[in-house]
Formats: sequence, structure tokens, C-alpha cells
Amino acid sequence: MSFPWAKQYEPQQPLMKWLDEKLPLPRLVYNAVGAGYPVPRNLNYFWNFGVLAGAALAIQIITGIVLAMHYAANAGVAFNSVEHIMRDVNAGWFIRYAHMNGASMFFIVVYLHIFRGLYYGSYKAPREMVWLLGVVIFLLMMATAFMGYVLPWGQMSFWGAQVITGFFSAIPVVGEPIRVWLLGGFAPDNAALNRFFSLHYLLPFVIAGVVILHIWALHIPGSNNPTGIEVKDEQDTVPFHPYYTAKDGFGLGIFLLMFVLLTFFSPNLLGHADNYIPANPLSTPAHIVPEWYFWPFYAILRAFTFNFLWIDAKLWGVIAMFASIALLFFLPWLDSSPVKSSTYRPLYKKFFWVLVFDVLLLGVCGKMPAEQPWVVLSQIGAAYYFAHFLIILPIVSRIERPAPMPNSITEAVLAKHADDMSAAATA
Amino acid sequence: MVRPLGFLVGLGFIAALLCAIFTTPLSNEPNAAHEFHKHPRHLALSSDGLFPRWDLQKLQRGMQVYKEVCSACHSLNHVAFRDIGELGYTEGQVKSFAKGFQVPSVNPDTGEPATRDGLPSDYFPAPYANEVAARAANNNALPPDLSLITKAREGGKDYVYSLLTGFQNPPANLPKELQPATGLHYNPYFANLNLAMAPPLSDGQVTYADGTKATVDQMASDVTAFLVWTAEPKLVKRVQVGWAAALFLVIFCVLAYLSYRNIWADKKH
Amino acid sequence: MASETNLNAGIEEGVRRRDFINIAAVSFAGVGAVAVVLPLVNQMNPSADVLALSSTEIDISAIETGQAIKTSWRKQPVFVRNLTATEIAAANKVPLSELRDPQTLAERTKVGKENWLITLGVCTHLGCVPLGAAEGEPRGDFGGYFCPCHGSHYDTAARIRKGPAPKNLVVPPYEFTSDTAVTIG
Repeated sequence: MSFPWAKQYEPQQPLMKWLDEKLPLPRLVYNAVGAGYPVPRNLNYFWNFGVLAGAALAIQIITGIVLAMHYAANAGVAFNSVEHIMRDVNAGWFIRYAHMNGASMFFIVVYLHIFRGLYYGSYKAPREMVWLLGVVIFLLMMATAFMGYVLPWGQMSFWGAQVITGFFSAIPVVGEPIRVWLLGGFAPDNAALNRFFSLHYLLPFVIAGVVILHIWALHIPGSNNPTGIEVKDEQDTVPFHPYYTAKDGFGLGIFLLMFVLLTFFSPNLLGHADNYIPANPLSTPAHIVPEWYFWPFYAILRAFTFNFLWIDAKLWGVIAMFASIALLFFLPWLDSSPVKSSTYRPLYKKFFWVLVFDVLLLGVCGKMPAEQPWVVLSQIGAAYYFAHFLIILPIVSRIERPAPMPNSITEAVLAKHADDMSAAATA
Repeated sequence: MVRPLGFLVGLGFIAALLCAIFTTPLSNEPNAAHEFHKHPRHLALSSDGLFPRWDLQKLQRGMQVYKEVCSACHSLNHVAFRDIGELGYTEGQVKSFAKGFQVPSVNPDTGEPATRDGLPSDYFPAPYANEVAARAANNNALPPDLSLITKAREGGKDYVYSLLTGFQNPPANLPKELQPATGLHYNPYFANLNLAMAPPLSDGQVTYADGTKATVDQMASDVTAFLVWTAEPKLVKRVQVGWAAALFLVIFCVLAYLSYRNIWADKKH
Repeated sequence: MASETNLNAGIEEGVRRRDFINIAAVSFAGVGAVAVVLPLVNQMNPSADVLALSSTEIDISAIETGQAIKTSWRKQPVFVRNLTATEIAAANKVPLSELRDPQTLAERTKVGKENWLITLGVCTHLGCVPLGAAEGEPRGDFGGYFCPCHGSHYDTAARIRKGPAPKNLVVPPYEFTSDTAVTIG
């Protein structure tokens, strides 16, 4: 579906006409990310992050395929094969560091993309399916990143695998058999490493598939925008190409610049020193921490220290950690306000920023050792996290009085420019 | 349905967390070792910063310290003899250096384990055949491999340098349970203060070919510089490539921004 | 009138400048993409540790006249053969015009060491290892090597004489470091 005023693909050259008849792939691209896709004219820079996430996925897949040409998924040699890549393979250090930091860049971009969606209400009708597919992508990314981190077979790889698969042993009765089944043994070893490698290679392509569905679902209602008001007529939109391809090109440049600074000047900044020690099943590092993008969830996991009701603390932690992501699936129905953008939701906007602060706080707590004051802060932070989505949001959406809204995107744009003009005039 | 159910689930999590908050003691267990533990001292090397370069003289001295002192107990598994060509040695020097080592081999006639002269393609041989042998010879402590040590420790090169120069007598007010046991040595830069490694360096322990005075501090600094190189031989190249890539991207960003402004010139947004 | 012309010229110039910037940005991106593709292609070339194994030393003191050994260089088989006087004579007797890949035995050995024939054990047809280096293996119709895959026959100078292979067995770069030691590579 598209807006009636969307430009139609009209191939000029005979070859393109022939191709359009046999396999209309150029037409598909034209309508998806070309001039045939009308997009609201008022998108701000936060709308760059979808394309950037796609770029990050492409970078990970390309560098990953190359690394797999040199990596050996065998517990005896995996660590050495990574060092072989770093030292002997032509440009191997560059490709490995790019893949390692590319994962961090991917998560940074995706987190900004998610919070953009939260701020501007992109999860609401008519875009619920876009949001649901997005949460699926996020879950797949987390699984892929976790298994990728195991592959170098350093101390953090090994103990990360031990701890994460240990979650399953919290499940009563069937938990331990499930854990042993996942690992193919009683502790992470060759069998686990091999299956993690296999799945780590597979899942990015599954992600790419779900990304296509995500974009497909987006193209049915069209993109949201900072006002949250749906597109009404042609003057509300511009064609994706060249307007947003140009803007995304600039965004991509900034993204790559950040990526280069991280990869070449401080490639181990976001890593952990212990992962340069080969895995040793007989010695646990003093302080096990996951990669930074899991810190908030790790903090939620550790916040539950009390055997509440008939469920023990460990199981509470595991349930809460999975629930903290699973609740995102219900978000479109937890928030019943018809207004999308926080610009016109004064009360929701305040809680949104509290949530941002809360997730950052949980992130810090997840990095820190399980000592005070971090334990109590993570408990408060986790409590707010659940309260925000499950209690505050439904109430706010019921009692809030939205601010007056413009009638259309164009009206909002013109009003903004009139403000700028009068400000310039008074100045 | 979603909202009332969600409300109850939310209350459940919050109740569990409130119980957790009120049952967790707010003070940490005292950790006396923390008080005596010191942060590593900074070691400035030419390979630091935004314009790193290798000080080849220093790296050669560092390798000499490794070979004459550290290699008695510590392996250097990831470094091959051919790699030291990057430290400014000629091909011939690398060959004769490699020849000075005996590497494990197989007797071609009997198939028995044997040794032969090292070749440039061989790796630095390990001092012990395996972990059990290493522990047996070191009072059950395992001397770690040094190839990656400056990347594999919190604090990196500063930590390695501080540890090498940080051996001292325990302070008078050190609690009894933190006093070094037999065979351990007090070092405030080590996490639990007592280290199985005896102070490895003493003044004048090696004789430098370039006439540099071999003080403990000099040797520690040299060998740390060498271990920075072994941990990441591509460090200098990495930053150089980084500069080229960053400058290229800055220009690209400017062009892309101008192009973006041009395309949008006639649209208010 | 004059001012109007100036205005028009200004617009035209503006259009061209605009196009120029777009083209510059896109071509810059293209250059960057090529610069990234180069290392991604180059990574498939032999790595430093593979290149370091580029020379092999062989002790030939134990190879008696008429015997051959199989060794390896760069993970490829190498045949070292101590030719008998009869084999040398047989090789020298063949007129060059009869050969598919004309070369004399002298061209394929070192001066004064004509009895030492050192070749890769890789058939030039499709890369199988020919027979004839070990005791008791068939040496083909010409007393040299015989490739069982597709029936190529090599003579006592390891030159192709019959069968599908297009070239003689390759002589690798080597030198005698002493009377009993050869370094290949």
C-alpha cells in the first residue's frame, strides 16, 4: 500500500522495462526506499537510526563472514585462532576489531531507535506490528550477540556462557535437563562452542529476514513523525529519494566516523580485559560482567535477592529479566492514549525521561560488582522499570490532558518556521 | 485484559523487589585488602596516545629482559621468532636468534620426542611442558602466558609495570590475615596483596648492549614496553589507518551535509 | 535587463554547483567503499604464518642412486630423485622436438648435480600426486612418474611424454647448501 500521490516507477530503458516485466525488483526497491515511498517531511535526526541499524547489520554480516573464514570453532584452538586473525591474517586485526565494535555500534543505534519509538509513540496503532517485529529483532540480536561473545573462548566468554545457560537451571524440575541439553554437556565446552558458532552464523540472516518484514509492515501505514499526526495529503510528504537518502547519507557519515574512532583508537574500550585470558573452567574471574548492552538486564536479574512467595530469588530474577523485554510486546495495548508524540503529552514526557534515567542507572548497576549501594539502586531501578510500563503508563494515558495539537504535519512545519521567522525578526 | 493483568504482574515484581530491598543489608562486608590495595602507577610509553610509535631500542632491551629473566617461568605463546623482525632486527639476526632456542620436535628416525634448533617460523618455546609441570615447579602457582598480558589485566601496561616495581615489605599496620604466607611476596598492586612470584628484577641483572643502565625501574619499563608490543603488534599501524579513515570520513560528512542541505533547499521541514 | 541576465546566470550556476556537490558526495562514498573492499579481499591471501613456512631444508645424504623420496614444501609434495647414469642417458637421448614442453635435463637440474632431479609432485594436468617416487610404484612408460588419475606419463627428467598433462613437472626454486643438504624455496 502507499499514498495515492506516490510516484510510480516508470522504467525508460528497454532493459529496465524488460526486467520490470520479468522480475520487478527495481520497482520493489523504488517503492521501498526510493522516490516511490512518500515520507513525512518533518522527520528529525532521530529518524536516521533505522537506516543506521540496517547499515550496522550489514557491517556485522560482512565482517562476520570474513572472520568465519579464519576462525576455528573448537575449544582447543578457538582462542588461538582469534589471535591468529589479530596477528597473521592480512588486515585481520581490522576486521576483527570492526566486528567486535560493530556489535556495540549496532546496539547503540538500536537503543536510540527504540527510545525514539517510545518518545514519539511509534509503537501505537496503526504501527503495532512494526513495533512487535522490532522487539523480535531485538531479542534475536541479544541472542546473536551473546553467542558471538562466547566464540573467542576467553574467560568472559566461558563464564558468560556458564552464567547465561545457568538461567535455565532456575526453572523447577526441567531446568537442569534443559541446561545440559543446551550445552551438550555439563559445562560449556566444545559441543556448546560449536553450536553457538553455528547459530551465531545463522541468526543474523534470520534478523535480516525479520528486518524485511519490519520494513514491509512500516510501509503499510507509512512512517510516523515527530508530531505523531498521520499524513493527510501530498504536501505533508516528500519522496524518500532524494530527500531522505541524502539525509541518511549524512547520518551514515557521522555513524561511520564514530565507528572508526572507536575501532581504531580505542578498540578495547567497551570490552573486558579478562577476555584476553583463555577460558579456564577451573577458575572464575573475580567479577563477571556481560557486555555493556546487557548491563541493564543483568542489573534486573541481580536485583531480586529475596525468596518472595513460593518462588526463590534466582527464579524471580530470571523471570523478571525475561519479563522486562517481554512486556515490550504488550506496550501498544498498555498505553491507551490516542496521542502519539510526547511533544503533546506533558505528563508522559516527564515519565519518559525518568525511564531514560532509570535504564542508564540500571546500566551502571549492572556493570558494578554486587555491593552496596549498587544493589539497592538496582532494586529501586528495577522496581521503577516495571512500574513505568505496567502501572504508570496505563494510568497516565487515562488521566493525561494532551496539549493542543496542530491539524496537520504541514501546519506544524509552517508554524515552526513562522516562529523562527518572528524570532529572527525580533532579534 | 492486558492492562489489569499487567497491573497485577507489575505489583508482583514490585512487591518482590520491596522485600529484597528491606532484607538486603545496606553496608558492605568490610574488605581490609581494599585499604592496602594501590592503583597502578602510570607508565608513559611512546606507543601511547594519538600518535603512537614503537621505540625499537626500548623494545629490543625489553625483549632481552624477557629472554634472560621472565622466560624462565613465563611463556610467550603467540609470538613467533619471525615477528621480532618488526623490532628492527635483520633477517639474519632473526635466524640466528631463533637458532639459539631449542624447540620441540620429533626424531625423524625413531619418532621419539626430540628438540631441534628454532626457525623463524617457530614460536617462542614455553618453559614448561604443560600446566601441571608449571604448577609443580612453582609452588602450585601458574605463571601466566605473557603474550597478551598488557591487554588481559585491568590497568594494562601500568599494572604490569607497577607490579614489577611494587614489591616491598608489608606495612606495619597490615592485619595478620593479610600477611604474606610462606612462599608469597607482598605487593600492594596485586589484587589480594600477596603474590607467588618473587621479585624478579634486581639492579644490574641484565647487561644491555646499548649501555643503558639496568636499574629495576628501567628493566620493568623496557619489558612492559615489549609486552605492549607482543599484546598488539599492529597497534601503531592501527592508529595510523584510523587517522586516514577519520579524516576521509570528516570530509565525506561535510560533503554529505552540503548535499543534504542542497537537496532540501526548497523544502521547509 | 542586465541585472536579469545576471540573475539567470546565477541560478544556472547555482544548479550546477548543487549537482557538483551531490556528485562529489556520492563519488567520495564510492572511493571509501573501494578502500574498505580492498582489505576484505586481501584477507584471503596467505597469512603471515603461512608465508613464513616458505622454505624447507632436506637432507639428501640417505638417498641412494636410483632411489627417490617424497617430502613437502608449502604443503605440496616434492620429489627428490637420485638418477642413475642410465636414466640420465635416457633423458638426454630424447630429441627436444619430440617433447610437448621442450626442456633438457640440464635445464631442470643444477650444474654438476645433474643426477639430482627435484620437482613438485603435482601433476600439471589436474593436480594429483603422480606415482613413481616410492619403491615399487609404477613409473609409467618412460621410467619416470605416472599419474594414475588420468594417465599422464613423465620421463626420467620428469617431462610430460604421454597423457593429458600439458607441462613438465614443475622444478621449484632450490639450492644446494652443501653436498648433502638442499633448501627449497
